[in-house]
Amino acid sequence: MNPTAGQPLPTQQPAPHEGRTGSQVRELRLEGVTRNYGAHTALHPLDLTVHGGEFVALLGPSGCGKTTALNCLAGLLPLTGGRITLDGQRVDTLPPEKRGFGMVFQNYALFPHLTVRANVAFGLKMRKLPKAEIGHRVDEVLRLVRLSEQARKHPGQLSGGQQQRVAIARAIVLEPPLVLMDEPLSNLDAALRLEMRTEIRRIHQQFGLTTLYVTHDQEEALSLADRLVVLHEGRVSQIGTPADLYEHPANPHVAAFMGYRNLLNLTIASTDTTGVHARGRGLELRGTPATDHPLSPDQDVVVAIRPEDIHLAQHDDAAAGPGIEAVAEVVEYHGRQLHVEALTGAGDRIHLTSTSPVHPNDTLSLTVPADRALVFPREPEELQEATG
Amino acid sequence: MTSTLSPPGAGPGPSTPERVALRHRLAERGVDRTLLLLLPGLLAVVALFCYPFLYGLQISFQPTTGGTLGSYRAFFDNSYAVGSIAITFKLALPAALINVGASVPISYRMRRDFRGKRLLLALLVVPITLGTVLTAEGIVEFFGPVGWFNQTLRTLHLIHTPLTLTYNYWGVLLSLVISGFPFAFLLTHSYLSGIHPALERAAATLGADWRQRFRHITFPLLLPGLMTTFVLTFVLAFAVFPSAIMVGDPDGRTHVISIEAYETALERFNYSQGCAIAMIMTALMLTVIALTMALRTRLYRGATGGKG
Repeated sequence: MNPTAGQPLPTQQPAPHEGRTGSQVRELRLEGVTRNYGAHTALHPLDLTVHGGEFVALLGPSGCGKTTALNCLAGLLPLTGGRITLDGQRVDTLPPEKRGFGMVFQNYALFPHLTVRANVAFGLKMRKLPKAEIGHRVDEVLRLVRLSEQARKHPGQLSGGQQQRVAIARAIVLEPPLVLMDEPLSNLDAALRLEMRTEIRRIHQQFGLTTLYVTHDQEEALSLADRLVVLHEGRVSQIGTPADLYEHPANPHVAAFMGYRNLLNLTIASTDTTGVHARGRGLELRGTPATDHPLSPDQDVVVAIRPEDIHLAQHDDAAAGPGIEAVAEVVEYHGRQLHVEALTGAGDRIHLTSTSPVHPNDTLSLTVPADRALVFPREPEELQEATG
Repeated sequence: MTSTLSPPGAGPGPSTPERVALRHRLAERGVDRTLLLLLPGLLAVVALFCYPFLYGLQISFQPTTGGTLGSYRAFFDNSYAVGSIAITFKLALPAALINVGASVPISYRMRRDFRGKRLLLALLVVPITLGTVLTAEGIVEFFGPVGWFNQTLRTLHLIHTPLTLTYNYWGVLLSLVISGFPFAFLLTHSYLSGIHPALERAAATLGADWRQRFRHITFPLLLPGLMTTFVLTFVLAFAVFPSAIMVGDPDGRTHVISIEAYETALERFNYSQGCAIAMIMTALMLTVIALTMALRTRLYRGATGGKG
C-alpha cells in the first residue's frame, strides 16, 4: 500500500517501491478544469490535487463527466476553462504527445497491425530510445503483465484479458508521470474483471505510478483507489478515501452510489442529542444526521440505509420502538443470505438482506439501528431521485 | 449429397441413428433457399460478361489469315499498335496514383466535422454525375489556350505563352483525374472511417506526433484499402476511350489501346484482331490487379476496429 495515500505528502521523497524510485511526479493539480459542449457543460469547474504514487478513482454514472475529465487530462479534449499543472509546470496547453501521460482506453485501442511486442515498444520507439534499451524494457514489462509468451502474436489473437494487459503494458512501459485509465475493465466478464482488478492494483504498487482511474463501478473504485472523486452531472459530489465515502457519504447521491439502496423520503418528527426521529409514509425510525447543518422538526429529509443494515425484528426487541412493516415481494437467493425486496403500506420499496428464511408475501417487521440510518436534508432537485 | 445416402452395408453398424431431414443436412453445407438470391446476379454476369468474353476470345483465335495466333502476331508485329500499350500505361498509372494520392489527405481531413463539410463532400463527388462529354467540354474551355486557367497564369505573370493542356496527353490525364477522383475519394473515405479514431489517440498519448501517427498507424492500416482503390481507378483509367479522342491526340500521343482496338475492329473491320487486342487489354489489366493484390496479401488486412 502507498503510505501517503489520501494525505498531503509530508516529505520531498515519494515512497520507494521495491527498489524503484517510484512515481517521478510529486503533484498533479487541476484548477477549475471546465469543459463545455456548445451550451452544455459536461464538466463544471473541477479542482483536484493528486499526489505522487496515489491511485485516484473518478466515479460516477455514465454521462457524469468523468471520461470528459480524463480526456481533458490526456489532452484529447481541449479545456474550456481552468488549468492543469504537473509539479508547477502547466500541461493543459500541450498536445497529448507532449504530455507523456500513459492512457489505457476502454476498448484498449491496441494497434491491430502490430505484434504485442511492437505495440508495447511503440511509445519507446517514438522517443527514439536505443534499440537495446527498448528490447530490455519491453521484455521486463511483458514479464510483469505475464505476456512474454504472447509477444509475437497480434492483438486479434489474444483474449480480452490479455488485450487488456497489453494495453496496460503499453501505457506503463514509458514509466509515465501519470497513468490514465478509462473504464479499463468494463469490457471483461465478471470473473476476469476481478482478476484484472487485482492485477491493476499489483502493477500500481509495483511501479508506484500515479494513476487516475475512471469507472462507474463503485466496488471497483473502492477496492482499487486510495482516494475517490464522485462526480454527478459534471460536478464533484464528494472527494475522500474509500472509507470516508463508504461510511460518511456527503449526500444521498453519493450514498446511493456507495450501496445505500434504501433512500426514504421522511420528515423530521423530533431531534435530540442522540439523533433524530423521522416519520412519514407510514414509517417511523431513528437515524443519525449526516450533515453539518442542524436538522429541525418538520424538515423534509432523505434517510439512507444499506440493505444489510435492515434486520428482521426479534420478538424481544419490541421495546426498541416502532419499526417498518413491509410485505416481502421478491426474494433472491445469494448463498449465505437472501436479498429481499419488500413493499411498505405506502408503496415504498425496501431492500434488505436476511440470513433467516423469508418467503414472498411474508409480512416482515423490520428494525434499523439508529447509527446506520443516515439522515440528509432533502434538496428540491433530489426529490425525484430519492423516490426512485 | 449422395454420399450421405450410402448403402446400409457400408455403415459401421446396423443401428445408424435416425436420419436427419434432407433439408437440414443441406443447410449444414450452406445449401438453402437463400442461394436463390444469387440467381439474378449470376444470370447477368453470365449473359453480359461471360458469354461476350468467351465469344470474343474464340473470335480472336479465328483470324482470316495467319493461323490460330495470327491476330495476336499481327498486333505485336505492328510497332504503332504495340506502342499503344505504353501510351495507355503512361496515362492510367499516373492518373490512378494521382487520384489515390489526392484522396488520402482530403479524406483524412474530412474525418472531422467542420462547417461546410457536406457542401465540400458534394462538390468532390459531383464529377461522377458529369458525363465524359461534359467534362471534356469543360476541359477544352477552361484549360484551352485562351481559357481561364491560362488567362489567370498570364495575368499573374507566371507564364508568357499559354500552356498547351488540351488535345494532348495533359488533356486526357486531366480528364481521367476529374472523372476518377470521386471514386477514389469515396472509397478512401470509407476505408479511413473504418479505422477507429481511438487508435490515433492512443498513438498520440504514446508520444507520436501527427506525422508519426499517420506513418505508423493510419497509413499501414489504410494501405490495403488504398491498393484496392488504386486497382479500381487504374482499371477505369486503363479503359479510357472517349476523353482520349475528345481532349486528346488520338492518332499520336494518346493513341491508347482501346482506340487501337476500336479502329481495328470498326474502322478496318478486322473483328478477330480487334478481339485479340481486347484480350490483350484484359490480360494487362488482370496482371496489374494480380500484382497489386499479391502485394496486398503481404500486408495486415484484419480488423481495424472501426465501423467500416
